[in-house]
Amino acid sequence: MSNIVVDKSKVPWWVSNVIVPLVNLTLALLVSGLFVFIAGENPVEAVKLIIYGSFGYIQGFAYTLYYTTNFIFTGLAFAVAFHCRLFNIGGEGQAYIGGLGVFLVAINLSFLPVPIVWLLAIFGAFLFGAAWAYIPAYLQSKRGSHVVITTIMFNFIASSLMIFLLVDVIRDTNQMAPHTVKLPEAIWLPSFEAFSGILGIKIRYSPLNLTFLLAIASLFFVWFLIWKTKWGYEMRAVGHNTQAAIYAGISPHKNIIIAMCISGGLAGLLGVNEILGVSHKIQAGFPAGYGFTGIAVALMGRNHPIGILPAAFLFGILYQGGSEVTFEMPNITRYMFVAVQGLIILFSGALENLFRPQIESFFVRRLNREVSA
Amino acid sequence: MEFLSDIASLINSTLRISTPLVFAAMAGIFAERSGVIDFSLEGKMLMAAFVAAVGSYYLGNPWLGLLLAIIACVCLSMLHGFASVTHKGDQVVSCVAINILIIGLTTALAAAWFGQAGLTPTLNEDQRFLEIHLPFADALRDIPIIGTIYSDILSGHYVFVYLAYLSVPIVFWIVFKTSFGLRLRAVGENPSAVDTAGINVFSMRYKALAVNGVLIAFAGAHLSTAVNANFFREMSAGRGYLALAAMIFGKWHPKTALIACLLFGFTDALQIRLQGVELPAIGEIPVQLIQAIPYILTVVLLAGFVGKAIAPNAIGQPYIKER
Repeated sequence: MSNIVVDKSKVPWWVSNVIVPLVNLTLALLVSGLFVFIAGENPVEAVKLIIYGSFGYIQGFAYTLYYTTNFIFTGLAFAVAFHCRLFNIGGEGQAYIGGLGVFLVAINLSFLPVPIVWLLAIFGAFLFGAAWAYIPAYLQSKRGSHVVITTIMFNFIASSLMIFLLVDVIRDTNQMAPHTVKLPEAIWLPSFEAFSGILGIKIRYSPLNLTFLLAIASLFFVWFLIWKTKWGYEMRAVGHNTQAAIYAGISPHKNIIIAMCISGGLAGLLGVNEILGVSHKIQAGFPAGYGFTGIAVALMGRNHPIGILPAAFLFGILYQGGSEVTFEMPNITRYMFVAVQGLIILFSGALENLFRPQIESFFVRRLNREVSA
Repeated sequence: MEFLSDIASLINSTLRISTPLVFAAMAGIFAERSGVIDFSLEGKMLMAAFVAAVGSYYLGNPWLGLLLAIIACVCLSMLHGFASVTHKGDQVVSCVAINILIIGLTTALAAAWFGQAGLTPTLNEDQRFLEIHLPFADALRDIPIIGTIYSDILSGHYVFVYLAYLSVPIVFWIVFKTSFGLRLRAVGENPSAVDTAGINVFSMRYKALAVNGVLIAFAGAHLSTAVNANFFREMSAGRGYLALAAMIFGKWHPKTALIACLLFGFTDALQIRLQGVELPAIGEIPVQLIQAIPYILTVVLLAGFVGKAIAPNAIGQPYIKER
């Protein structure tokens, strides 16, 4: 037990919001290195491969930004719910159902002018994701069933439902594998390749597409929503102190529903990137763990869009660089990076106060010395 | 007679399928009664399955594998305690971290040590637990009803099945009839009162978490060294969460939690039966729907259509000693 008590008002903002998170991240990465060592590989070599894989060539960098896009959506999704003190662990299922929304809108309305199809598909993704989050939200606020368990269960249910649909209802019957037909090419979102072709740069295939800009726009949207609107204010009030919020006339029920639906909707937007932008069809299991990674992204980014952007980028580096590592190092599989996520959640979430008092008092003492000198 | 033997085998599989849920629910009762949320049952069960399988593969004895699994799970429980009791971190975040860490770590290490598929090697008969046949089971089989109950339902289970149902009265006795249990419940309801009485809140919560780690290790070892003969990735398949739901539905009581676990086990046993069966008027139910039944049931039970669950008063709040 540490007995260091620091006057919070004397701690500069950059110590608690930059230095402390960086120390926690470093600890998580050091332990990750230990795991890589236990698995029988050299951690220093792994870091070199990660950096080469994610920055070393333009195609790799495009992949990094493509992963970043997904993590911005799922990170924001977790963060919005968290401001209302709700743990939305169901990003995975909401993204899956959101993909269904994109596909259904796009395939049925593909006769409309292209930008309108895009807008409606984005809306469809948001709506389907929000709907999938609505039921756990309702059960949490009306019946008190813990949102962590219900959202996890809804991940399992979403997966069963989607497999059922992919096998029996919307499967491309000319193929054996459980996936749908491809969307007409005219409504695919333009890829980075096409843009770079216009600028005269030729690159090989990359999944990066226009959705990246939607992700950046979502960052601004969430910042505006949480800190500049009445909804955001009420959500934070409920999250911070439900009793006080009730006395102030704020309805916890309404805000739990709004926070979870916006959260689910943002997770659903992952479907826009994956289906309208990259694979153009629904494949079984396409959210591939991005929903869970969003938890780590949000906690590392301290649930603020300004923090979530670099955190999502870091995970983009880990994913893209990580696939380089799994190519080169036979003992490392992508599951090692799932473990790394767990460590980052542990150190920057649950153990965020591990060294905070020591670090803060160190800086406060130094600043005091400078003042008196 | 065929109907009777169908029922017997359904009850038999219910008992077997409920076993890990019972251990996990009992583990959850210890943690949550002391005021510490434990969503990490899932991760710990997976860790125990992995460690038990690897341990008994190398040491050649499933009991040693179980011992290692217990050690591993107690360590994870202590990690949860370190984060959420000592450092007052968010308990749910700590659990989510442990779950994701273990999903990744077990599969990554299995792949690194035993090849890409993330499986551990198949255990031979010396390295795993075998079914226990109760004495005279074969001789008594032909006696109507009693013979069926004794030979087809009670006999022929793994040791964990018997231990699980034995653990329920023991947990009940500890939690409700001993002074340790009284303190445990008090720490979860009103920690400052317990502190005033001179009992250390932190050490009570750590003790509860240690018991929790021991119990959950049995659930994992049952999965990988008894019903299956190896570990495979994410083999716990949400059972930790189902057990937690059963515990909440059972209002943090061993007896009612047991009933909820058996209900889950029964639906699971039934869903295996229902696959591919043509039902009158409805036709064949899609297999994906049948497989989703336990998860849907969890949501329905948690929604409390059968009464409201009241958690221990201080659950989820770190205890801050006043100065």
